[in-house]
Amino acid sequence: MSLDISKIRQDFPILNQSIYGKPLAYFDNGATTQKPQVVLDTINHFHNSINANIHRGVHKLSEESTKAYEEARETVRSFINAKKSSEIIFTSGATASINLVAFSFGETFVHEGDEVIVSEMEHHSNIVPWQMLCERKKAILKVLPFDNNGELILSKLDELITPKTRILAVTHVSNTLGTVNPIKEIIAKAHQHNVPVLIDGAQGVKHGVIDVQDLDVDFYAIAGHKVYGSTGIGVLYGKENLLNEMYPWQGGGDMIATVSFEKTTYNELPFKFEAGTANFIGAAGLATALEYYKSIGVEAATDYETELLNYATSKLKAIEGVRIIGNAKHKAAIISFLIENIHPYDTGMILDKMGIAVRTGNHCTQPIMAHYGIDGTVRASFAFYNTFEEIDRLVEGVKKVKEMFG
Amino acid sequence: MTLNEVQDRIVEDFSMFDDWMDRYQQLIELGKDLPPIDEKKRTESYLIKGCQSKVWLDAELKDGKIYFTADSDAIITKGIVALLIQVLNQRTPKEILDVDLYFIDKIGLKENLSPTRSNGLVAMVKQMRMFALAYQTKLNS
Repeated sequence: MSLDISKIRQDFPILNQSIYGKPLAYFDNGATTQKPQVVLDTINHFHNSINANIHRGVHKLSEESTKAYEEARETVRSFINAKKSSEIIFTSGATASINLVAFSFGETFVHEGDEVIVSEMEHHSNIVPWQMLCERKKAILKVLPFDNNGELILSKLDELITPKTRILAVTHVSNTLGTVNPIKEIIAKAHQHNVPVLIDGAQGVKHGVIDVQDLDVDFYAIAGHKVYGSTGIGVLYGKENLLNEMYPWQGGGDMIATVSFEKTTYNELPFKFEAGTANFIGAAGLATALEYYKSIGVEAATDYETELLNYATSKLKAIEGVRIIGNAKHKAAIISFLIENIHPYDTGMILDKMGIAVRTGNHCTQPIMAHYGIDGTVRASFAFYNTFEEIDRLVEGVKKVKEMFG
Repeated sequence: MTLNEVQDRIVEDFSMFDDWMDRYQQLIELGKDLPPIDEKKRTESYLIKGCQSKVWLDAELKDGKIYFTADSDAIITKGIVALLIQVLNQRTPKEILDVDLYFIDKIGLKENLSPTRSNGLVAMVKQMRMFALAYQTKLNS
């Protein structure tokens, strides 16, 4: 099924604007995606007509608000094909989801001398929480390396996993290199050694259908704003048996069953991990975003984004002096590059003036920069509302940058 | 020339360019022309961290005036560094502490000196003033 991109673009009011007199070409979707009107409508309607705190009140609005929140949970469950909606925990974002697991799983299962494995291509959000855990527990952090193409060296995994390994944390899609990791294979390998796996799905959730049961993944972290929802809402999927065993993360309202000064008992899943007033409006917005994404067609959108990626890759490669960082065989619509020795910041500044929004810098992946011995890259990341014409403008922009700094 | 005369001259120079592209081209030329800082000073202790582009800065006091040397790894940043040096070099600490750097805004490069830009320039201006303050204290003691 082919997509009607000009029609889709009308769903995203922000795209229809000029930046320094040039039409906006938004290529920073890896940082955050734009929101379709339906998501904005949901959020607006919620504030205007339903807003009331959830799980508490007896009154009509509270009931409606709670219903919308729990329906959102069900929408997320169905989107990633989780077995039960109690396995869907709303968080503030992918970072919070990972921190939750690093703390709660860590408190319960990680002890002195134990080992945690992350990959070399992780976002800082999937490194630092594990480092903090290892410091707290006197555990050891081990690193699964990648090769110069940007592909994980899976053969090393067997060496890295020992009887002391408690968990493996790997990203689904590298936010810098675009690599789509073979997570099903990685999970199967880890499970052979009874090691549970957390997948950082911040980028992965907008790249193809996610089926957590098929993947047999233990934890999957999602950022709502990277999949057309608003900021401040995220999801942690976790297997029920693990979540049940895990110590709570934050304490507060909603996560308790009974409280006395002598002893507090905790609520059941998923509420045990949702202390305080949840971002219920963000959750409703995320549900609308996922429904919208489904209505576009997750596979069709992914196929189209891959076409954009292939087009951009071949056009950029054709320019002398352009070096693509990350050449994995299977990539999501993320392309990192450098032009000769031109500083990424300089490139980004000039492209900005041409109305082209890219990200520059180390993309919160300093170990990847260290791997390649560079300070940063220019990154263009696409969504299904981008066009081939916009990529032509990026290519023209790159040529202009080369001319100006060369 | 007084400090503000230098600022006015820069504003006049840049007023010739209608197009932002030409203004940036001019900055790039300035950046390329600024002599690089002594390799020995391209170190952590002279570095002003700006997240994306790095700026190195040093200042010396001679005959009551401050002499700045600075560099950056990004050319646009370096071009603005060159302009700041044109304005602030060989001035007294008091002049540097009192100055209103209006030229940046007038030549349409305000966004480069906005605190939300992670290019190290805001921190650089702050550091230049810190040098001025330190040397003024030294002169007065």
